[in-house]
Amino acid sequence: MTGQASAPGIVARDVCKSFGSHLVLDKVNLTADEGTILALLGPNGAGKTTMVRILSTLIPADSGSLHIAGHDVVTDPDGVRALIGVTGQFSAVDNLLTGAENLRLMADLRHLGRDAGRRRMTELLEQFDLTDAADKPLSTYSGGMRRRLDLAMTLVGEPRVIFLDEPTTGLDPRSRLTMWEIVRELASAGVTILLTTQYLDEADQLAGRIAVLDQGRIVAEGTPAELKSRIPGGHIRLHFAGPDLLRSAAGLLPAAAPDPDQLVLQVPADSTVNSLRELLDELHKARIAIERLSIHTPDLDDVFFAVTGSHVTGSHVTGRPDENPAPQGAAQR
Amino acid sequence: MTTLAYTISDSRVMLRRNLKHLLRYPSMTLMLVGLPIVLLLLFVYVFGGQLDAGLGAHGDRSAYLDYVVPGLLLITVASAVQGTSIMVAMDMTSGIIDRFRTMAIARASVLTGHVLGSLIQTLAGMVILIGVAFGLGFRSSAGLPGWLAAIGMLALFSFALIWLAVALGLAAKSVETASNTPMILILLPFLGSGFVHTQTMPGGLRQFAEYQPFTPVTDTVRGLLTGAAVGDHAIAAIAWSVGIALAAYLWAIRLYNRRQAVEPQ
Repeated sequence: MTGQASAPGIVARDVCKSFGSHLVLDKVNLTADEGTILALLGPNGAGKTTMVRILSTLIPADSGSLHIAGHDVVTDPDGVRALIGVTGQFSAVDNLLTGAENLRLMADLRHLGRDAGRRRMTELLEQFDLTDAADKPLSTYSGGMRRRLDLAMTLVGEPRVIFLDEPTTGLDPRSRLTMWEIVRELASAGVTILLTTQYLDEADQLAGRIAVLDQGRIVAEGTPAELKSRIPGGHIRLHFAGPDLLRSAAGLLPAAAPDPDQLVLQVPADSTVNSLRELLDELHKARIAIERLSIHTPDLDDVFFAVTGSHVTGSHVTGRPDENPAPQGAAQR
Repeated sequence: MTTLAYTISDSRVMLRRNLKHLLRYPSMTLMLVGLPIVLLLLFVYVFGGQLDAGLGAHGDRSAYLDYVVPGLLLITVASAVQGTSIMVAMDMTSGIIDRFRTMAIARASVLTGHVLGSLIQTLAGMVILIGVAFGLGFRSSAGLPGWLAAIGMLALFSFALIWLAVALGLAAKSVETASNTPMILILLPFLGSGFVHTQTMPGGLRQFAEYQPFTPVTDTVRGLLTGAAVGDHAIAAIAWSVGIALAAYLWAIRLYNRRQAVEPQ
């Protein structure tokens, strides 16, 4: 490996992992430069958590090479552990201790020493708005407070590389914004961050680069702008009063996907006023009445459709029942 | 050298964490410490009259009280390690263990913390039991060296059973299993010399009773406290303790290290 100072924060090459006969990660490559945020975007079951667990030395990969700030995850796990901080999807706090005791536990295990540990604790309690709750048992903490304490515990040892596994899942919108603010501050302080998320807007807001993970494979990678240029810009859903209207509208708009059960036609379009006006004009000229419509900005589902040709519904990936019979994975590189 | 210093420091931190857990979760501690006291009262006041006569004494229960205290000290150990097993299993199912695993800390310190915490709890339980026994009229002819030797023997055996409980806690798939498996340990003082002489038992049971590990430990402690001959019992007791401790320690470490390879999260 190259010298530590210039080594990228996170480098993973050809990482494979199976659980039994189930291939969870298939030759995954990831790179995050020092001080940048890399988002790993994908639905439940895509392999995001497994990737984080491998990078954070919790489980071994079957093959491939992994380096954190120049340290090999396989041959120098303790070197890696000294540099990283992990906040997993499930809260990793000690429920029988208070907030302050949890932080002190981390400070002691990081061997910060009494004074430095105390200073860091006070600092973090303040930064994460937990000073008032510091001496209260965790049973009195809200979900957002627990998540903040969790991240504060991760930061006690001032790690250079941080893994955040779905840090905002289950948080209310306000706590989510607070979390985003904290993540941005960390990155601007030079910390390398790998963040997993199911939300495109989260990746878009925070990350310099996004890697899209689907069924264990990276199916797309790039800056948010690059990635969004590959998405056909969201869609407009047109609702009709009857199946005849739906059929004639579908005939008029070959790129659209009809859903006969719900009498809905899904038209790929961006959300500009112009494209909407054009669409409505076209239908008006053909005398096709629309009952109502809704506009959908690009979301994870669209990214998925764009790069894999299949849709995400909950934890399942299903084919789209329309005239675009793109076989799954057809658009994969 | 620094590695050793870190190991000691990390283990101390984990011990403090475990002691706090015991204090914050007092219902379990109380139940586990209370069981031997309830049994002590039961055996002395309900069965004691009859059993005292069985020892050839004159039915004022004091001879049986002196006889049964070592057995109840071992019940204290067996009861306390049930808590160890539960605490370890609870810890392993919580997210914080994964956090510890991603930190550069002495690997065994999590387990060492549990072992030392349980040892302190067990010894405290014994002190309470002996206190109650004294209140009921228990008297020992042992001097300070005898007491120290008895405490040493009990601590060594506790240490062995605690490591066994740690391994059982790690091996358990759920907290419920972890709380049930070590329960068999509570039966063993009964199936030995804890409450009655093994000579009064029928053939097969008697052989089991004479050769299982609780018996030599009971006999050694009884000998030290009552001034009876300890003889070969001490050697057998120490051999059993060291053997169990070593085997359970290796098993526990293996389970702890291997655990990371499971759970396909």
